[in-house]
Amino acid sequence: MDGAAPSFDIARIRADFPILASEHRGKQLVFLDSGASAQKPRQVIDAMVDCMRSAYANVHRGAYHLSEAATAAFEASREATARFLNAPSALDIIFTSNSTMAMNLVAHSFGRGVLKPGQAVVASEMEHHANLVPWQMLRDAHGTELRICRITDAGELDLGHLAELLADGRVGLVAVTHMSNVLGTVTPAAQIARMAHEAGAKVLFDGSQAAVHRRVDVQALDADFYCFTGHKLYGPTGIGVLYARAELQRAMPPFLGGGDMIATVGLHHSTWAEPPAKFEAGTPPIIEAIGLHAAINYVEAIGMGAIEAHERALVDHAMATLSRVDGLTIHGRAQDRGGVFAFGLDTAHAHDVATLLDRAGIAVRSGRHCAEPLHERLGAEGGTCRASFGLYTTTTEIDYLAETLVSARKFFA
Amino acid sequence: MSFSELRDLYQDIILDHGRKPRNFRRLDAPTHRARGDNPLCGDRIELFLDIQREHIVDAAFIGRGCAISVASGSLMTETLPGKTPAQARALSDAFRAFAMTGICPACDAEAMERLTPLAGVHEFPSRVKCATLPWVALNAALDGQGQEASSE
Repeated sequence: MDGAAPSFDIARIRADFPILASEHRGKQLVFLDSGASAQKPRQVIDAMVDCMRSAYANVHRGAYHLSEAATAAFEASREATARFLNAPSALDIIFTSNSTMAMNLVAHSFGRGVLKPGQAVVASEMEHHANLVPWQMLRDAHGTELRICRITDAGELDLGHLAELLADGRVGLVAVTHMSNVLGTVTPAAQIARMAHEAGAKVLFDGSQAAVHRRVDVQALDADFYCFTGHKLYGPTGIGVLYARAELQRAMPPFLGGGDMIATVGLHHSTWAEPPAKFEAGTPPIIEAIGLHAAINYVEAIGMGAIEAHERALVDHAMATLSRVDGLTIHGRAQDRGGVFAFGLDTAHAHDVATLLDRAGIAVRSGRHCAEPLHERLGAEGGTCRASFGLYTTTTEIDYLAETLVSARKFFA
Repeated sequence: MSFSELRDLYQDIILDHGRKPRNFRRLDAPTHRARGDNPLCGDRIELFLDIQREHIVDAAFIGRGCAISVASGSLMTETLPGKTPAQARALSDAFRAFAMTGICPACDAEAMERLTPLAGVHEFPSRVKCATLPWVALNAALDGQGQEASSE
């Protein structure tokens, strides 16, 4: 096995993930779909099981010890999340169910409550549907405009076009990805934030991919909103994170109504709890928050810098190796890119390729990866295959992918 | 890697019809037509039927898709001519059950013979919708004109 950084012991890391030792269709599993959802280390699994076995109760409600302890553990997860993003305070962290819900929360609450009809939201051509559809819905319900920033042929955000879209001063929010889930492009977030702020707009980054691969510092980026999801960060499904600047949270009306988000309730009127509770109606994802905390501890112990170095080595290796496969097209040639590779083979459709790879034990995603407009832009309307890497991915696995693709191409030729 | 175990799914007839689909053309004056769309993966076909005196006299399709969906459209359009709309619908229902389960007690053996290779898809749950897409479009075309169907 390989290792990019001295502190990065890949054999030990792989041993933490029980599923990686399993066989599928009689072959050793080669899991290259971490961009859709990552596998879980035993540290996360154990933390969640331990919580359910011995430390579980509802939070923010009980006056008994178990509930108080569960509340403390739940809030400790919020503290850890704030440190993970270098947020000024744990109060800036809102727990949601996933990134999609985080962006919908911003669209409903900030969108309808703070943005005025006639103001515009800028998204880009390479957004995941979760950072596009909510803004279309907001436009139709609230009368905001939706502007789409182009990407270049290399798959980078066209900053010249962004400047044009911002020029009339009517943009209230720039909502773009921090790393494309198809092209792997890492966007220059700090520069985008500066451009947005100079034009009087707030900025939201969809960090669903980026937060897994890079150290994210929301203060250094000067982000107003930043979201990511637990299940791509080796944590559980069912928990997402929205960082929202404290003064924005105060200006925003609640999204969902119910228990936990209120200060007082009458039959006809209620008042709201202080943020972030104002945005967390109902019983929150308690066990999932414990799992997220364990996942953050896990990647922090390895070090986001070491993870980034390992993945840079994987990206360089994959670019070199996959480029040697005849008939293979890699979509996206951004200067700054992460471990996500969307590709097509000249002799076969993406689904057929994925079925063959599956028989070789390789799990990749095929289709349009919740980014239909981007696939139109790429001229790949019929879909692509996507290999996405995690901290447990090895260069050996990438070599095996390339070899298998050569065989797959012959099979369909 | 030889992928010999995948020959159940990708039999020669499937690969052949996937590469060189028959009836892959538009009809100039179809009496019935429908689109089949699978938005998740981007597969899309448009099916054309010419029905005269209660019989399908010609069937053709265009579109894009994987080897399975293209081969399915090719084999389907080869099978349809000569059938009444009711027979075509019965075949469609039988085929879709066949593709999902791999068994088809009610199937007319003669009519199903050409389609049997496609039934290998039942072992690949994520690929069943590829095989059924043209058939979903067939039902939509028989139901009325210009309808859009999805195999999702």
